[in-house]
Amino acid sequence: MLLKVSQLSVGYAAPVLGPLSFVLERGEILGLVGPNGCGKSTLLSALLGAVRIFSGEAVRAPGLVVTLQTQQQPDVAGVPLTGAELLSLTGADAAGLPPWLSDCLDVRLDQLSGGQRQFLHLWACLQAPGDVVLLDEPTNNLDPDGVVFLASALRARAADGAGLIVVSHDAEFVASVCSRLIPLGAS
Amino acid sequence: MNELFGALFDPLFIRPFFTGLCFAALLPLFGAYLRLRDEWLAALAFAQTAAAGSLLAMLAGVPLMLGGLLAAGAAAALKSGFEGAARGVQGAAYALLLVAGWAVSVLLVANLPLAERLGHALFDGQLYFTDASHLVAALASVALFGAGLLRLSNGLLLAHFFPDFFRARGRSVRRIHFVFDLLVAAALALATMSVGVMAAFALVFVPPWVAWSWSMSWHRSLLAGVLVSVGSYVSAFMLALVFDQPFGPVLALILVLVGVVSSVARGFRHPG
Repeated sequence: MLLKVSQLSVGYAAPVLGPLSFVLERGEILGLVGPNGCGKSTLLSALLGAVRIFSGEAVRAPGLVVTLQTQQQPDVAGVPLTGAELLSLTGADAAGLPPWLSDCLDVRLDQLSGGQRQFLHLWACLQAPGDVVLLDEPTNNLDPDGVVFLASALRARAADGAGLIVVSHDAEFVASVCSRLIPLGAS
Repeated sequence: MNELFGALFDPLFIRPFFTGLCFAALLPLFGAYLRLRDEWLAALAFAQTAAAGSLLAMLAGVPLMLGGLLAAGAAAALKSGFEGAARGVQGAAYALLLVAGWAVSVLLVANLPLAERLGHALFDGQLYFTDASHLVAALASVALFGAGLLRLSNGLLLAHFFPDFFRARGRSVRRIHFVFDLLVAAALALATMSVGVMAAFALVFVPPWVAWSWSMSWHRSLLAGVLVSVGSYVSAFMLALVFDQPFGPVLALILVLVGVVSSVARGFRHPG
């Protein structure tokens, strides 16, 4: 067991999500799906202890190393950082990148397209050494080819022994890639 | 020309030359990370506060460098209190700090006859009057603060490009930023004693600004920033000697010129 969530209720001034229970095992891709505003991102923040837990608990395996990919990306305009340098920050391996990215790893980030930057950012989080990867709306800004490649990369990461949690409003993507689905915010 | 090179190798000028050279190599490296965090104004606040601290130290009868270091360190600690605040609030805090440092300095200079000479030296740059203690401080800055920055580099970049990475791993990004601020403040405090407030700030601000426009990677931009800085410094050192001018303003003007030429050239290369 990597992560065990029991009757977890989270939010800010008041609960916005829960109670929710699940267990994440190695090699598993858990999908949390629901409409915008149902508290998916809040749940990921709660797993890191960044928002208030009203009831229940989230227990991590001892020594668990977690990586979080969020929707917010810093402005890279004018900053002379290359894709290869970005990946090296998290210790991510560039091997396995799609050809349309591996060929431009030495290009500055501010000279890449938004989709290329998004995928590099995703890759840096996904391939960072660790046990659990939390992904928040990973398909945002990706074109269809990027989404297909992302799905295979998630499966490969899980096959390597990591546990992944994917939150998304894109029910089709989550259904196609996740081994288990938990619907959120369904009334 | 021979006279110029003769002056450069005059033992009287060798020590000041290498003192300034150390800071010319070190400050643009800090400037790159300050620029990344959009906190370059903090550098001017630290330099101004360090100048005020040196003047207060003279008043209290303690070593000037100690006063500058303590004042800049206090400014760094104060700045860390604004970590996480909105960008506008941070900018206002740096501006207040720098205005306060300037006001305290000018008041001391105006009211204490002994402070007048030191005040002018701090603002104009007293490089040609530096002694062995300044050179030792400069060499120690390069060794200690340079090594410290090298250790912090990955964390600073990671905190900027992946702000949630530290949180996810239970590590504190505030600690990295605080240590960085202390290093910047200490380096600027010591540099201010030698090259002056505005010249130190110019070495922090202009070289990374120029280098970022032309460099194709982060590591190359660091190297380019150092080259721009050292080239400008050597030119300023020689010109100030030849024309018998204060060093600080000459260096600042050369850096401004380099920055303007770089911007214009960049505009021609990438119109629109």
